Amino acid sequence: MLLSLAQSDRAAFSPPDAGDGWSTLDQIVSTLTLQAGFNTSIVVVGTTLLGLAAGIIGVFALLRRRALVCDALSHATLPGMALAFITAAVLGADGRTLPVLLSGAAVSGVLGVLAIQLILRCTRLREDAAIGIVLSVFFGIGIVLLSVIQQMPTGNAGGLRQFIYGQTAAMSVGDAVLMGAIALLACLATVLLLKEFAVVCFNDAFARVSGWPVSLVDLGIMALVVLVTVAGLQAVGLLLVVAMLIVPPVAARFWTERLWLLVIVAGVIGGLSGYLGAATSALLPRKPAGGVIVLTSGVIFVISMVCAPARGVLAASWRRFRLRLRIAGEHILEEAFEHRGGDGQASLSAAQLRALATLRGWPRGLRRMLVSLLRLRGHLTATPEGGVVLTPQGHTAGARISRNHRLWEQYLISYADIAPSHVDWSVDQVEHVLSESLVRELEAALRDAGTEVPA
Amino acid sequence: MTVAYHRKPVLWDVDFDAPEQSLIAVVGPNGAGKSTLIKACLGLVPRASGQVEFWGSAYRSVRSRVGYVPQRESVDWDFPVSALDVVCMGRYRRIGWCRPVGRAHKRAAMECLERVGLATLAKRQISQLSGGQQQRVFLARALAQDADLYFMDEPFAGVDAATERAIIDVLRELRSSGRTVICVHHDLQTVPEYFDHALLLNMRVVAAGPVSEVFTSQNLHRTYGGRLTLLSEAAEAVARSG
Repeated sequence: MLLSLAQSDRAAFSPPDAGDGWSTLDQIVSTLTLQAGFNTSIVVVGTTLLGLAAGIIGVFALLRRRALVCDALSHATLPGMALAFITAAVLGADGRTLPVLLSGAAVSGVLGVLAIQLILRCTRLREDAAIGIVLSVFFGIGIVLLSVIQQMPTGNAGGLRQFIYGQTAAMSVGDAVLMGAIALLACLATVLLLKEFAVVCFNDAFARVSGWPVSLVDLGIMALVVLVTVAGLQAVGLLLVVAMLIVPPVAARFWTERLWLLVIVAGVIGGLSGYLGAATSALLPRKPAGGVIVLTSGVIFVISMVCAPARGVLAASWRRFRLRLRIAGEHILEEAFEHRGGDGQASLSAAQLRALATLRGWPRGLRRMLVSLLRLRGHLTATPEGGVVLTPQGHTAGARISRNHRLWEQYLISYADIAPSHVDWSVDQVEHVLSESLVRELEAALRDAGTEVPA
Repeated sequence: MTVAYHRKPVLWDVDFDAPEQSLIAVVGPNGAGKSTLIKACLGLVPRASGQVEFWGSAYRSVRSRVGYVPQRESVDWDFPVSALDVVCMGRYRRIGWCRPVGRAHKRAAMECLERVGLATLAKRQISQLSGGQQQRVFLARALAQDADLYFMDEPFAGVDAATERAIIDVLRELRSSGRTVICVHHDLQTVPEYFDHALLLNMRVVAAGPVSEVFTSQNLHRTYGGRLTLLSEAAEAVARSG
């Protein structure tokens, strides 16, 4: 495969006539549609494919709880690259060719992971400590070796430094093809081995007992991670490549509860951040692509965390808020039902309503809102004096809640050995979530025990 | 068989022959090595010495006849799979490498979920199940393995009454169809009711045999009452000198 030379610091990577100012709409559109010149398009396509591959593989690294191991792996590539460079220079070859550097990176990255395993097996150190040690020591060795290279007669560590922060601009056609091949491999491996990966990630002990070669499957996942990491070194740099593996699956997790969907969504998010990130950095004057790509995925993560309908923060708060409203509304109905007068009319005066609000700690706004909501639902009507009167519909609802309350209370006293004086608080929480089948079960249980079932 | 963690032995000289077609309880105090016994049998932890034979042959050659229910806490229940997906994992080995789960296997997995009374929750993500339901999902997965011998690690731990009934029904069903179940169990009261045989364990085998014979107050006292001080001290000594 055609691999480019790792080019020096200043590569030709800027959109036509992009000065220091902001881009025009034309430039934005042409960059996004891959018409902003050959170099820019190659970079955008290459990072998109890399993001896709990293997102997919990252799902399994994350589910196998190897997120931090990936970080150690990427840091541990530096001494390998430096040693490969030195060795090639001593042998009289040009150490700056990509295949040489990346082979060195892969070897020392894998050595770093093995070192973690060795520390875990031989000592009682925990995994986070082992990872911290390996990550920093390997990176430290790399930094020292870089300074050695700087002092060599042939040396210029500049070509190597780009692997720390990444230099997307140095991406050639061959590199983009390589990214494509890796993305294809990642897709293929996932399609073929999804269930093997799933069972090992979910429950490795069970997988081993039922006869799966867990170490082999682990090795496969790790090999894919190494491949993506090494391929990503040039584009986003070893400090940030772990973000391409981890952020997309974490963001994707907010959107779905299904593994195969998770893989697809993570791949799409990874690809999208690669695409948008590379395009944005091409448009912004002198902004490093690696950082912009990771920032893009970070933005997608925050959006997912807040907005995703399945597990997002907003959705969860909304559900909690609705439950709180419902329970509070039911308290009003219950209270009114229990204050029904001799004529059977269930109502609360303004003073009683205020007392209830004080007891429950409702602010004034919430109290008004509850009354309006219940009116909208036709459960009650407001009196001119500020009190409320239950409609027949509200009366039925109040009766049901009140009965559930007593059922559950009776059950707790007779079964759970809870003192009657302590029963009320927990009853308050539970009575609103009793399903009909649970109510029937409660009735049966109380009847069996010969306790009186509340009417 | 002897098992050691970090040179500290946790099981000494366990010699036990499990009778076929029976429900066997492994009973003992915390730290007695109950789970370790099961894991060592299944090759999940290395044995310091000794061997385990299944129907006279090594474990490797009879893997498909052995089922396993791990402790519920041993996995991350936030994993993005449904109850049915987990049960299907019991069929994976049968399906083989690189092939998707076919319709017939899904149907078989569904039947296993029905047997533990969870058919209606098949599509639910596993973190949205109660603890007892999660335990039943694990049991259904073991049923899907369709094994002759089952190892279960505390299947009754922290479950509701409905789950306990469902599990014991399944265990009895297994026995009547000729299977053997070895179960780590912590509730002494229910041992005589649920199980045929018992293995009383506290770092070594205190007693083993039919429940009616070994479940005596004397044996139980030897298992639970008064730590086995001599044995613990010896273990400490080994650890120190190591």
